[in-house]
Amino acid sequence: MSSTEGVKDEWPLYEVFVRGKRGLNHVHVGSLHAADDRMALTHARDLYTRRNEGVSIWVVRSDHIAASTRDEKDPFFAPSADKVYRHPTFYDIPDDVPHI
Amino acid sequence: MTKTDSASSAAGSTDPRLDGHDEQDLEQHFDATIARDQRIEPRDWMPDGYRKTLIRQIAQHAHSEIIGMQPEGEWITRAPSLRRKAILFAKVQDEAGHGLYLYSAAETLGADRADLTQRLIEGRQKYSSIFNYPTLSFADVGVIGWFVDGAAICNQVPLCRSSYGPYARAMVRICKEESFHQRQGYELLMTMMRGTDAQREMVQDAVDRWWWPSLMMFGPPDDASPNSAQSMAWKIKRHSNDELRRRFVDMTVPQAEKLGVTLPDPELRWNAERGHHDFGTPDWSELQRVIKGDGPCNAQRMERRRSAHEEGAWVREAASAYAAKQSRRAREGAA
Ligand SMILES: [Fe+2]
Ligand SMILES: [Fe+2]
Repeated sequence: MSSTEGVKDEWPLYEVFVRGKRGLNHVHVGSLHAADDRMALTHARDLYTRRNEGVSIWVVRSDHIAASTRDEKDPFFAPSADKVYRHPTFYDIPDDVPHI
Repeated sequence: MTKTDSASSAAGSTDPRLDGHDEQDLEQHFDATIARDQRIEPRDWMPDGYRKTLIRQIAQHAHSEIIGMQPEGEWITRAPSLRRKAILFAKVQDEAGHGLYLYSAAETLGADRADLTQRLIEGRQKYSSIFNYPTLSFADVGVIGWFVDGAAICNQVPLCRSSYGPYARAMVRICKEESFHQRQGYELLMTMMRGTDAQREMVQDAVDRWWWPSLMMFGPPDDASPNSAQSMAWKIKRHSNDELRRRFVDMTVPQAEKLGVTLPDPELRWNAERGHHDFGTPDWSELQRVIKGDGPCNAQRMERRRSAHEEGAWVREAASAYAAKQSRRAREGAA
């Protein structure tokens, strides 16, 4: 039972997503460690939904998530920045045209 | 070891992905984000000092929640009714939850949870001095809810606006739950105050013992708190120790009057000119002693935490072995 052993054999990290109520998306609420998927779900219930905060939980191994690069000025998001015509406000419609 | 959770990357300033941006650029961007009162998120570049200070602050906070289960936990089996037992159980369970939310936040900065536990157990990281005092009667459970969770609320509500996103979000969850903690404590005390003389004496005795240690929870006075200025500039601390302490006193005095107890400070009085209470000075040498490990229960708290960790080792190992076996079987079944 040496102290370093615990560090070595640590349970993997899971990210937890909770659907607050019907009609809403699952939202990331935090993470936890668990030995397997089932334990991760049980722990997620105990940790993140002690007060009816959810009707459904997803857990996913953190190392299975692919993420965009970290810099928010990253060119990754650039393609959406210069396409103003994707927004309804781009179009001039006379005020007297109804319901548009 | 680097964690790569969805929200986190433990990379420091030596990250190869810096390409294109030089450090000065990134620092300007970081400063501007803080200045705009926007949140820093795990994958953003941040100065090493910011990362290190936050890990230390969040870990210390997490350890406090975990050690904080002990003083009240001792009363779960001795609670005077099933109702009080269920409430105390829920409260102590919440504190475990608070610890875990915070460890989770620390991990987004690249800290390793097992390593943090190890640091606590080896005494290399601290927890709040308040949990080194004993709980001598059931009234202590009420006074802890009222004072200690009340002080925690004073401390934590401003941290819901901390500049570090995961920490701020953990604080929001925690603050919602602390309100239950404070109210159950105060209600418990109101019930005792309506009881016998002996019960009222127990309440007053608990108030007398916990008042000064509770004031010390806010940390040393501002002129002896050298790192505060940088933390305030980074917006990971939003008010000074003395300011929070004043708020706590102003908040608690009328509650004490309603309850019918006396706060053990002869210098405590309303100052109409300032619009705040004047109050005495805590014994700072006591705080220093307790922080250094020489409080009434330091050794006991650490020993309890250490043995819980060691005695739980076989459970962690068995669960890992079971998970490994299950996934091996699943693979073989699929083949
Ligand atoms: Fe707490
Ligand atoms: Fe609490």
